[in-house]
Formats: sequence, C-alpha cells, structure tokens
Amino acid sequence: MFAFIVRRIIQSIVVMLVISFIGFSVQHNIGDPVRDMVGERVSVEEREAIRDKLGLNDPFWTQYIRFVGNAAKGDLGTSYFHSKPTLQVILSKAPATLELVLVSSIIIILLTFPIGIYSALFPRSLFSKIVMGFSTIGVAVPVFLTAIVLIYIFGVELNWLPAYGRGETVNIWGWETGLLTWDGLRHLILPSLSLSSIMLPLYIRLIRSEMMEVLETEYIKFAWAKGLNKNRVWLVHAFKNTLLPVVTVFGVEIGILFAFTLLTETVFQWQGMGFMFLEAVERSDTALLVAYLMVVGGMFVLINTVIDVIYGFINPMVRIAGAK
Amino acid sequence: MGHLLEVRNLEVKFALRFGDLTAIDNISFTLDKKEKLGLVGESGAGKSVTGFSIINLISKPGYISGGSILFEDRDLSKLSTGEMRKLRGHRISMIFQDPMMTLNPVLTIGTQMTETVLAHMKVSKSDAMDIALEKLKKVYIPSPEKRLFQYPHECSGGMRQRIVIAIALLTNPSLIVADEPTTALDVTIQAGIMDLLQELCTTEDMGLILITHDLAVVSQVTDKIAVMYAGRIIETGPTEEIVNNPRHPYTKGLINSLPGGLQAGSRLAQIPGMMPTLTDIPDGCAFNPRCTINGPICLEKLPELRVLDGKNHSAACHMLENDQRDK
Ligand SMILES: Nc1ncnc2c1ncn2[C@@H]1O[C@H](COP(=O)(O)OP(=O)(O)OP(=O)(O)O)[C@@H](O)[C@H]1O
Ligand SMILES: [Mg+2]
Repeated sequence: MFAFIVRRIIQSIVVMLVISFIGFSVQHNIGDPVRDMVGERVSVEEREAIRDKLGLNDPFWTQYIRFVGNAAKGDLGTSYFHSKPTLQVILSKAPATLELVLVSSIIIILLTFPIGIYSALFPRSLFSKIVMGFSTIGVAVPVFLTAIVLIYIFGVELNWLPAYGRGETVNIWGWETGLLTWDGLRHLILPSLSLSSIMLPLYIRLIRSEMMEVLETEYIKFAWAKGLNKNRVWLVHAFKNTLLPVVTVFGVEIGILFAFTLLTETVFQWQGMGFMFLEAVERSDTALLVAYLMVVGGMFVLINTVIDVIYGFINPMVRIAGAK
Repeated sequence: MGHLLEVRNLEVKFALRFGDLTAIDNISFTLDKKEKLGLVGESGAGKSVTGFSIINLISKPGYISGGSILFEDRDLSKLSTGEMRKLRGHRISMIFQDPMMTLNPVLTIGTQMTETVLAHMKVSKSDAMDIALEKLKKVYIPSPEKRLFQYPHECSGGMRQRIVIAIALLTNPSLIVADEPTTALDVTIQAGIMDLLQELCTTEDMGLILITHDLAVVSQVTDKIAVMYAGRIIETGPTEEIVNNPRHPYTKGLINSLPGGLQAGSRLAQIPGMMPTLTDIPDGCAFNPRCTINGPICLEKLPELRVLDGKNHSAACHMLENDQRDK
C-alpha cells in the first residue's frame, strides 16, 4: 500500500508538471501580464520597465520555474477582469461545477448499473430492446440538443423545473451548496440530467457488454454447477467482475464530464467554472484560463487516484501487486 | 434397488436458427455407487454435453429433447428449476476442465467454498468454514487454513484443481462428473489428481463419470468405458474388455494408436480422417468414411448397439465377425 501511494504521488507530480508546462507556454505566448496589471493606457517605455521588474524578459525556463514555484505555494496569478487572485476566483466557482458533476455521476451510476445489468441478464426482453434502441440513438445526440429539449419540455412548456441558475444556495464553511435547499435541488435536475445524458447510453452499453461477457465465463458456469441461487450468481459472482473494467473507465469518463460542463453551464447559465472559463476566453483573461487548466488538471489527477484505490479494493490481484 | 444413475435413451438438441441439431442421439448407460465410468471420444463427440445434461446445465440453445435421467430413482429431466438447483453441487458435483478459469478471480477460496455449503446445508458460517477446511485437508492441500483466505491467483494450477475437487466434495455428493479434469494440467500433476479422484471415490462412496479424450488415463482409473462418436455411444463395456478386446473399428483404432501399449499421459494418435460435424453426419454409420472394413450396409443403415457376449460388452457395428453376429 505504501509503495502504491508513493508511486501515485510521483505520477501525479509528473502529470501536474506537464500540465503546468502547457499552461505556462500558453500564458507565455498569448498572455500579457502587464496589460493585466496596468491596463492599456501606459506608454511603451513604462511597460518595458515593468516587464523588467516583473522578470518577464528573463529566459523562458527561468520564468517557468518561477511559475511552478508560485503555483506550488498556491499562487496562480491574478485575474485581469476580477482583479483578484485567480485561485480565489476559481474556488468561488468550483462548488457549482463540482456539485453538477457529482449529481450527474450519481445519476449515471444509479441508472446505468441496474439498466445495464438487467439488459445483460434479459437481452431478449422488450425493456432491453427499447433501452438498446434508445442508447443507439442516444450516443449520437449532442448534449446541447438534449439540454434544449429538456429546457423546452420541463422549463417552458410544462413549467415544472427552473431552467437556469443555481437557485437558492447555503454557505457551509465557505462552500456555496445547492444540495441542501429544495430550490437548489430543483435547479440541479435539468443541468445534471443533460450532463449525464452524454454518458448514459455509453455506460449502459459498456456495463451490458461487460456483464454479458462475464456471464459466459467458466467460473459463472461453475457457480451454477455448485447450485447457487440466481441472486448469488448474478449479484456476487458476475457483478463483482463486471465492476472492474467499468470502474477503470469511470476515471476517464469523469474527465469527459468536466469537459462537457463548459457546454452545459453555458446553456443553463450555471455559474460554475465552465461558465467562468468561457467568460475568461471572451475577456482574454489569460491568467484565469491557465489557472483553470491547472485546477481542473489537479482535480482530475486526484479523482483518478481515488478511483485507482477503489479499483485496488475490488481487484485482489492489484492489492497484491501494491503490497510488494 | 436401482442404479445410482441410469441414463436412458438420452437425446439432446441445440435449437439453432436453421433448425434443431441433434448433439446427443439416443445414448444409455448406468452407474452404480463407487463405480467409475469413462466417457471417451474425440473432440466434439458430445462428452461434455452428456455430462452437463445430467445436471441440466447444457449451454444456451441446448435442451434435452428425449429420454430420461434417473438419479437415486428420480427422473432429473422432470425436475423443476428449483429442485434441480438443490441437487446441483449437492448430490451431484462437477469438476471442470481448466482450474485456471473455474474459480472466480475476485472471491476468496473460503468464500467460494462456504457459499456452496450454505446453499445446501443449514449450518452456520463458521461450521461451513470447518467443513471447507476438512475437505481441503482431504485433497492434501498444504497449509489449508491459509488457503481459505487466499484468492485463486495465489495458487498454482494443480492446487486450484485440488480446491475445485474439494468444492465438489463439500456436501458429500454421491456422484461426481469430472469433465477433462487433468487436460489443462502438467503431465506430472495429472497423475496426482487422478489418483486423488480414484481414492476419493472409494473413501467417500461416490460414483464417478470421467470425461476425457485420453484413453490411457481412463483405462487406469475406470471400471467401465463408453466410447462416443458423433453423439452416440458406439462401444461400451468393462475397461479390461474394451482395452484388451476392442470390437468396433473406431475403438480398435484408438487402442492401436496408443504408442507402446498404455502409458499414463500418452495421447490419442490420429485415426485417418476427421469426425464429422453434427451438420453433415453421413447416412448409415457415422464412422463409415473413416472405416477400413465397411460394407454396403454401412452406408445405409445406422448400426445399433448390440450385446456381444456375457461380459456386458456391446458395440454398434454391422461388420463384426459372423460368429458374433448371431448373438
Ligand atoms: N452452445 C452450443 N451451440 C451449438 N452446438 C453446440 C454447443 N455446444 C456444443 N455443441 C455441439 O455439440 C457437440 C458436442 O460438444 P461437446 O462439447 O459435448 O464435445 P466434447 O466431446 O466435450 O468435445 P471436447 O473434447 O472438445 O470437449 C459439438 O460438436 C457441438 O457441435
Ligand atoms: Mg468437452
């Protein structure tokens, strides 16, 4: 376990260095920190003086090392538009996005496992055929279309659910949460359904095909031959083996969910990091963009580590390898 | 009373898109307590299907289309799913071919053993553990206490097959069906597993059906042999009789192809030609395209199993010597 953790930490550091390098290169090439600080109305000479003072004329590597050093201390630069440390801006937007991704993931897990497993066990049932039909179409439907249709039906026509904003939130130790108010939860429904819709068809298909493969194995046949009952064979023997590949893929899928928050948040006017990112692009707020890249990269590394640990708990062979 | 197991005119079909395919065609055999029967034949002869039909676990489109399977005087083909489940792994156990694939990789050996006990007996979890431990000792597993908490991948192939055998023994069954239990193992380990199976049949009072394509193995372990060809039994009798006095040309071919008499671990050498697939079984005797002694009748009429002499020896061939022909 210890070796496993050390290995993961080293891996994470390497990944973060790569991300920071990409981020810094972007900033170095298109950003203009001087404008960020003093605005447009300062003479060229004065700008040069400031550049020198800030070390912006230093060699690329010197600047990169300084950037990494600052980042390690939690200083990811200052947002030009917000006139605040970028990290502070991002952290104020993070709860909205994290809650959106969290609720979407829960929806994905709660829907895809039962449906995927059912359609693997009873592939010939009407329900399975309908699900398969929908998931074939579903893979091809873009998120924004799902979002717009959902907004039209539930937000406009039926007027059951709010279609934009986060609604009422509560502040708990600095975390603005919409999960604890009725209004906040109602606001979460449409955006999280839209966001999860990209994964639902893929995930149902993945779980179904993995489960069907497992059901064909010798150890399942042997489990039947031992006279175990259906639930034991399906839910213990087959399900546990289905879980392994599915959990691995989930790490990647969460990254994709984060990427799609850009779209979902824009459509639903959801004041999260994705929304902030697109605003920052419009305002050429380079420092904020780079900081976003770093933070999301860091989250991704963290989530994948957690998933690896979970995987290790399910798969006995990994546990042994880690113990060495 | 009757036999431990009596299979009568069993017929198994696979429901395929273009129609039903007969995989097992009218086979019959019996097995008594402590008796060991060898089912021999080439790949695709229908040995596994026969074995699985006893516990009604034929793979998907397959079904029993005729005949009866009497086990301890009950007809298994008429049992409900629930009743059948109670018999499986309880009164009748199976041992599969590849021990690397038979055990579930994500469950401990202890779990895979106790769940079987708990499925069939009203005992506590710790009693189930005790039973598991006792059976692991019976199959000579070193440090059995430790094994209970290990996963399959921590054990070698031979160990795993011993564990599978221990699982088969858990509920003291009266019949074990072993489908090629040593085919996937090293030659050096094969003999040990076979000895163990043989020993257990005697000590545990069990009947054994040993499925294999290795005539050498069968001849050393079993009391009687049934040779299968294209879904039928073409010769059956006491092991000694079959080995020393084979009558069917196919059986003769099998015996003759064993190098230097019978040796443990030797494989069947080729008889010219191949066994027909189920879709194109020739008219008459299924063996006729490969047969060296066939006559005109062999192309027309399916030979029935006929008793040859007083030693329970029968064969299905038109061309047996004339003196045998009239009984
Ligand atoms: N799931 C299936 N679907 C269709 N046909 C099948 C199926 N399983 C078996 N068969 C048919 O039944 C025949 C007998 O198969 P079986 O597995 O009993 O052979 P076997 O004698 O055990 O051979 P092997 O030595 O290769 O294990 C095969 O020729 C095959 O055509
Ligand atoms: Mg077989």
